Amino acid sequence: MNYQNLTAVDLAIAATLIFINGALSVMLKLGLERQLFWASIRTVVQLLAVGYILGWVFANAHWYVVLPLICLMTLVAGISAAGRGKRTYAGQLIDSVVSVWSSSWLVAAIGLFVIIHIRPWYEPQYAIPILGMILGNTLTAVSLGIERMTQELVSGRNTIEMILALGGTRWEAAQSAARQAVRAGMMPTLNQMTVVGIVSLPGMMTGQVLAGQDPESAVRYQIMIMFLIAAGSALGTVFAVLLTFRRLFSADHRFMIHRLVLRT
Amino acid sequence: MTSSLASSNLATGPLLDVRQLSRLDQTGANQLLKPTDFILMAGAQIAITGASGSGKSVFLRTLALLDAPATGEILWQRKPVPSDLIPVYRTCVCYLAQRPALIEGTVLDNLQFPYTLKSLGKRAFNLSVATGLLAKAGKEASFLTKPAGDLSGGESQIVALVRALQLEPQVMLFDEPTSALDPQSAAAVESLVQHWFDAGAGSRAYLWVSHDPEQARRMSTRHLTMNKGMLELEQSV
Repeated sequence: MNYQNLTAVDLAIAATLIFINGALSVMLKLGLERQLFWASIRTVVQLLAVGYILGWVFANAHWYVVLPLICLMTLVAGISAAGRGKRTYAGQLIDSVVSVWSSSWLVAAIGLFVIIHIRPWYEPQYAIPILGMILGNTLTAVSLGIERMTQELVSGRNTIEMILALGGTRWEAAQSAARQAVRAGMMPTLNQMTVVGIVSLPGMMTGQVLAGQDPESAVRYQIMIMFLIAAGSALGTVFAVLLTFRRLFSADHRFMIHRLVLRT
Repeated sequence: MTSSLASSNLATGPLLDVRQLSRLDQTGANQLLKPTDFILMAGAQIAITGASGSGKSVFLRTLALLDAPATGEILWQRKPVPSDLIPVYRTCVCYLAQRPALIEGTVLDNLQFPYTLKSLGKRAFNLSVATGLLAKAGKEASFLTKPAGDLSGGESQIVALVRALQLEPQVMLFDEPTSALDPQSAAAVESLVQHWFDAGAGSRAYLWVSHDPEQARRMSTRHLTMNKGMLELEQSV
């Protein structure tokens, strides 16, 4: 088996497939032509850019190149995790970035140094894709967790205040909401782990197989990644929910619901 | 932990002593409660009436330390309440919200719920006390197994009241406890409160916010009014 490189002509043929979407959009009057056009352009431009950047980073594998790049990736993930949900509070951005950063870096470090034993520690061929996969899932978990937490706190306000009024501590008042939020954050990963291999073949494994790696070895990598992702999203969700809790409940055991504001 | 806030057998002393207590709204521009001095003695039965939005609930919630005051302090039996003892304080000074909040489950689950809280320490649910209180409100023992979701507004209010009164707080802060009730349920609520108050033999006290001047007169020995955040003695009676 050899690896078939794709030429620009091959890509152009693939790109014409978007006309299927365009034709459907016109025929069914979906009004999506503009969006389709821009989405296609963005796919090409963003991926080409990433390809060039990664190529350059791999060629210049120094820690002072890799470190800023992975910091930037983490920061972007943290910021996008903060952008969801109907309500927000002052400090949500910081809480998201801190949760995404601490959980994904901790888990990635275990994967890269304890399991894969990469050398040097910043080896970009491993560090960047593996951290990237953990980040992508952690950011979803963190944003779902915070969103669910604020939602539960708003809808459960009367019950929370009832528990406080009867002598409950701030944690006793918040724990039902916190538990729901952590569950919500972990759910996508759990679902994915249940059906992986049966309903879907994960992208990384597919990629390794296409690149000529034997399936059994690709599967081992995929198993490791699944567990890294599971741990990263679980930790990230718990951190995010605890930080949200600290922002919205004072040390005097008061529920400061007025700090939750509708996103504008 | 409980001991440091427990009643010191000073049945005649002030339970609550409030100085220059005020609250601002979220923007910090409007005074919801003007600086208020207030003393609650053991044995006091106080009614507060006033237009809606005048600050009656604000006052009660602030007394229960559920909302942070802008200025002033609250002394419980002559001492300020440290942060970590606020939950215990709230078992002594209990705020009953206008809208009853019940947890999922049966009436019994709701009555047992407070005993799962840390600040109640080793105190345990007493079924005969609970059924006794329910009986005073005209509810039979079978009422205990009713799902909370099937209760009428009046029944929910009674469950919330019994849930609080069984803990035997020294001070109750009632926020329009009969506002959504038919006359019969309202009478049941009043008699439950009277029973809890009498059982304390002068050591207990309550504040009762009411929209009904008749009820205010019936349930109090002192009548205050709240007018745009200003607590005043009722003039007309």
